[in-house]
Amino acid sequence: MSLTSRPHWGPTSIAVLLAVFLIVFLAVPVLKVVFVAFQDPGTGGFTLVNFQDFFNTALFRESFWNSLYVAGMSVMLASIIAVPLAYFTTRFNFGGAMLIQTLGVVPLIMPPFVGAVAMQLLFGSNGSVNLLLDEHFGFTVPFMEGLNGVILVESIHYFPFILTNLSASLANIDRSLEESAQNLGSSGMRLFRRIVFPLAMPGFVAGASLVFLKVFDDLGTPLLLNVNKMLAPQAYLRISSIGITDPMGYVISVMLVLFSMFSLWVSFLAFRGREYASVQKGGGGLLKRDLGTWEKLAAYAVIVLILALVLAPHLGLLLLSFGTVWSFAVLPDAYTLEHYLRVFHTSSQYVTNTLIYAGLAAGIDIVLGTAIAYVVWRTGIPGRKWLDYTATAALAVPGVVLGIGYLRTFYGVQLPFSEQPLATWWVILVIALAIRRLPYALRACVAALQQVSVTLEEAAENIGATKSRTVRRIVVPLMSGGILAGFVTSFATASVELSATLMLVAQQSDAPLSYGIYVFMQSAAGRGPGAALGIIAVIIVGLGTYVSHRVIERSRRLRTADRVVAEATAKLE
Amino acid sequence: MSDNKSVNVRLRRVGLAFGDHAVLRNIDLDIEPGEFFAFLGPSGSGKSTLLRLIAGFGPMPTGQVFIGEENVAQLPPWRRNVGMVFQNYALWPHMTVFRNVAFGLEERRLPASEVRERTDAALEVVGLRELADRRPSQLSGGQQQRVALARTIVIEPRVLLLDEPLSNLDANLRIHMRREIRELQRRLGITTIFVTHDQDEANTIADRMAVLNDGILQQVGSPMSLYDNPANRFVANFLGTANLLDGKVERDEAQATFRAGCGLQIPLQHDAKAASHATAMFRPHHVSIADPGQESRPDIVSFEGRVRHREFLGNLFRYAIDCGGQDILVDDGHQVGRRSYEIDDAVSVTLDPVQVRILSN
Repeated sequence: MSLTSRPHWGPTSIAVLLAVFLIVFLAVPVLKVVFVAFQDPGTGGFTLVNFQDFFNTALFRESFWNSLYVAGMSVMLASIIAVPLAYFTTRFNFGGAMLIQTLGVVPLIMPPFVGAVAMQLLFGSNGSVNLLLDEHFGFTVPFMEGLNGVILVESIHYFPFILTNLSASLANIDRSLEESAQNLGSSGMRLFRRIVFPLAMPGFVAGASLVFLKVFDDLGTPLLLNVNKMLAPQAYLRISSIGITDPMGYVISVMLVLFSMFSLWVSFLAFRGREYASVQKGGGGLLKRDLGTWEKLAAYAVIVLILALVLAPHLGLLLLSFGTVWSFAVLPDAYTLEHYLRVFHTSSQYVTNTLIYAGLAAGIDIVLGTAIAYVVWRTGIPGRKWLDYTATAALAVPGVVLGIGYLRTFYGVQLPFSEQPLATWWVILVIALAIRRLPYALRACVAALQQVSVTLEEAAENIGATKSRTVRRIVVPLMSGGILAGFVTSFATASVELSATLMLVAQQSDAPLSYGIYVFMQSAAGRGPGAALGIIAVIIVGLGTYVSHRVIERSRRLRTADRVVAEATAKLE
Repeated sequence: MSDNKSVNVRLRRVGLAFGDHAVLRNIDLDIEPGEFFAFLGPSGSGKSTLLRLIAGFGPMPTGQVFIGEENVAQLPPWRRNVGMVFQNYALWPHMTVFRNVAFGLEERRLPASEVRERTDAALEVVGLRELADRRPSQLSGGQQQRVALARTIVIEPRVLLLDEPLSNLDANLRIHMRREIRELQRRLGITTIFVTHDQDEANTIADRMAVLNDGILQQVGSPMSLYDNPANRFVANFLGTANLLDGKVERDEAQATFRAGCGLQIPLQHDAKAASHATAMFRPHHVSIADPGQESRPDIVSFEGRVRHREFLGNLFRYAIDCGGQDILVDDGHQVGRRSYEIDDAVSVTLDPVQVRILSN
């Protein structure tokens, strides 16, 4: 795949620009955070005293253990939800399988903090479920008390990571691996324990470590549930109340980064050194069997229960957005459109800002993504792989950390022609969003580029097109499907990003949707309009997800022509 | 390995359907103890399905499957004690070579010392003792094949089933492994069934073979008897190139004669029955080619024709000779200096009637 063409000044200058961008907006801010964490506030010299202070403070110790506990328990609860669903869909023939796989993605459309308050109203100590339980059975369950609430909300939102990874892992197990065990005398639970379970493990570990990472880094959900004794909220609160000179925020940031890197490393390890691809023709996947009538009923009962739980935040949010007063009652007292009208009249700047910010961030992402993909895969520039590594490393940087890094790095930089520091300019928020979403957009662009055969470029150059014209007229048009899908995904996820947003928004008029939802949701009176904004966000993200799905499907169908070339190339090699 | 007594495999009226689609129809077959038996057929003929049926995989068949004296048709795969080597080897990627081979013994709850001993012995047999701690992904195709074999023979199965075990190997290795498997089978004396779509593979490795097509057993016999005396057009074509002439068999008191539609006549020396529709079969190398107008012996059929087409295949020329509208394929061995014929040359073609088989259709 690697080309041996000589480095050219055009691609080289682009590579240098890319490197500068990544260094200024990713490497420097993050290194700055790490640097400050190890810096003596008084003398400026290297010290470990900040970490010592951290572990000597009871509040921080408690926050640290709470974060670990919540992330660990969320992985547990998410596994309890996801493992049976994955097993049902890959093991049995029944109609519910499609339903599970489709509805399983629904929670990913809405970030957990949006539904957190709605969950409080449904499952809280005075929520619908507990009111009903108390009335009919005389007891209540503390679903949402303290850390429980965070665990419940997070696992409901992030279990699809385990579901999809584990399902893929199970579906990839070749049937003959199971049959050969049966042939050698194994069956039932022993067969499951010795063959199926270990083979499915990598998918589970990959999903579980992603859940751990997402929960550990989440800022919005604990804040909205009023759980402040966790690491991410502590970092935010230190910086926003004490200021950007307080070293504790930086120490916590370093810990967040370390745990993120650890989770990513675990998921990477899970897949390394194991080759699961197999050459069996025909019968892939595990042996499926039909369910009996009672088994089917039981399976559906479990699925309906789980899906009800999964849809609870969305349902609660919908009720909240249309309800007048909802307090100490199973359902709202009455229904109204007032919240939506209020949002449209007074807070439409949130929606406009979101569309502008997310649109710009996604635009930056695909330009960077395409350029990095091209430089890495189609040029011979030395060190080009580092562009890929650096951009991908953003995965391990939580939004809070990036936000703190930007504040620290760019606060002293003045915007020309104004008194405003660069750190509080809305454009810096757009760049933060772009950096956060870049790893995903980059993967989409790389995948799209790899679909385009090198011979198509060579054919253009052969008949006289220059490098840059070839890229513009041949490569980019052929990549357009994948690039568009990357744009939409970046756009959809950037529009509900909260943690970096919370750090970087300087004034209400610059704030996007997620910030608006957060601000509204904090007061009882603001819940209705906040929920209405949440529903609008869900619609934007849902539409985006749907569109990107359609785009990917369509471009896959249009790929036939490329495949002809790719196959011809493969034969020559 | 212990020399436990070999058993026979008997199929009685075995049928199998995927939904409404019949894949195997009414199969009756006897495989002798210690025999190396091949199922041969094109893809989709049902040969792999039949093998998997003996191992207990796939939908429940009708009929009976005897291994020794026991009808196993209703038993689950893990109670049959027949060893199967899968086409893709199906080695478990999360276990070392040693653990893969030991698996079946562990499932039989044997004491650890015996598991170790027998696993080592089986790895010794296939020559892989020193690779015991590797993962399957670190082995070459041929080594993976040997691990799959060791994993199967270590449990001392009553029957060894091999599902196209050579199809994933390159040509040279295939011939090498073919011999190795055959030698191993002789040493162990275990009744073995081998599935293949390659007639050379079946010819070289099997004592006897069964040809399958469309889920129907076409013919059973030794490789030579099937080649020389195919039961029908399908078997004749599948086991090599054949000249198949449509016509009828007429006979008087002394002599039976095959009359082809194109006017050729072949005297038949054996006691062929008269038939209004019959097919005469002979192989291209049974036919000789010469310059026209040669004196012919009375017991040899000879006819005049014209070269319509020729292919040079290295060891021989294959001619298509037009004899009265019927193309007859002739293989003429090639040597340096030997005369070859050009297209449109007039030639004389001769055939010894002894080589001709009449297929009823």
